Amino acid sequence: MTPAVAASQIQERFGIAASVTGAELGVVVPTERWQEFGEFAKRTLGCTYFNWLTAVDWKEQGLEVLARVEDLGAPLVVTMRTRLQPGATRCATLTTVFRGAGWMERECYDMFGVVFDGHPDLRRILLGDDWEGYPLRKDYAVDTPHAPYR
Amino acid sequence: MEVKPPIPQVPVPGWGEFKDLQEWEKHHQERSPGDRTSETLASIAEAIHHFPGGWIVTTSTEKIFNWARKSSIWPVTFGLACCAIEMMATFASRFDVERFGMVPWASPRHSDLMIVSGTVTIKMAPMLKRIYDQMPDPKWVVSMGSCANSGGPFRHGYHVVKGVDRVVPVDVYVPGCPPTPDSLMYGLLKLQEQVAEFQKTGARPTPTELP
Repeated sequence: MTPAVAASQIQERFGIAASVTGAELGVVVPTERWQEFGEFAKRTLGCTYFNWLTAVDWKEQGLEVLARVEDLGAPLVVTMRTRLQPGATRCATLTTVFRGAGWMERECYDMFGVVFDGHPDLRRILLGDDWEGYPLRKDYAVDTPHAPYR
Repeated sequence: MEVKPPIPQVPVPGWGEFKDLQEWEKHHQERSPGDRTSETLASIAEAIHHFPGGWIVTTSTEKIFNWARKSSIWPVTFGLACCAIEMMATFASRFDVERFGMVPWASPRHSDLMIVSGTVTIKMAPMLKRIYDQMPDPKWVVSMGSCANSGGPFRHGYHVVKGVDRVVPVDVYVPGCPPTPDSLMYGLLKLQEQVAEFQKTGARPTPTELP
């Protein structure tokens, strides 16, 4: 599927204008349709390859969750992003669509504290189990001394 | 019926038992009693020392012991990051620390020296401490590279111990990012000099204070 056709399909189904740059599509998805869009990208657009998922902390404007899914054959790249409400940390999971999203969402939970609803095993993945706070948040005090080794 | 594998329950690491920073600092500055020579040996040496002319025996045996110690320092094979590559080069045939009697040994139980080669993360620090505790006394630590010395480029990161001397007492610091095998060998020679003086002073450098 070419990027232009994909953009028109997204416009038709979701009413969102996607920005097209070469083979890349940028789509801003409403939070409540996040999972639905993931399903749509996989089944309809053919983006079966889940590349990565991460988040951005926009301080008082809230967190933003990004994911990038690709159709390696076309090529077609869809960068889907959703802006959570200020102070909100809950987002729908993509593990029901892409199995590979599991660890990515755990990492995102580990670093940003985004709670993915419906994730089968949402624990910390990289940091220790007794870690306090979410280090990639902007308000995380990095140089605060903590016993014993920091 | 669907059978699910059990979810492993990871126990909380033991180093969380420190209540606050002060308590940890106190623990950090005290050295374990096993760090000095054994009291029996010291009392025997003291008794011999009180005989007329006994000091010749004690000083010469000290010399022999220290010569033996410094000529067979076995570093435990312990690589943490990219510095470990340089450490391996130092162990290998071109630089060959085996001519100093250093045999990289794959067990902390038989080792005298730990070369901390690389970044120590907060998650790794308890394991590093455990390996250090498993080594028999007397033991020495060489901190290799900027990361082990002070945290290096990751000093202001959230996950890095700002210098391995916050975890174990360090005897020789080797600067560099990473240090060349020559630098490490210079550090090891300095360590040998220090080991030669070990019995005489009975003291080791105190760990650096926290900022």
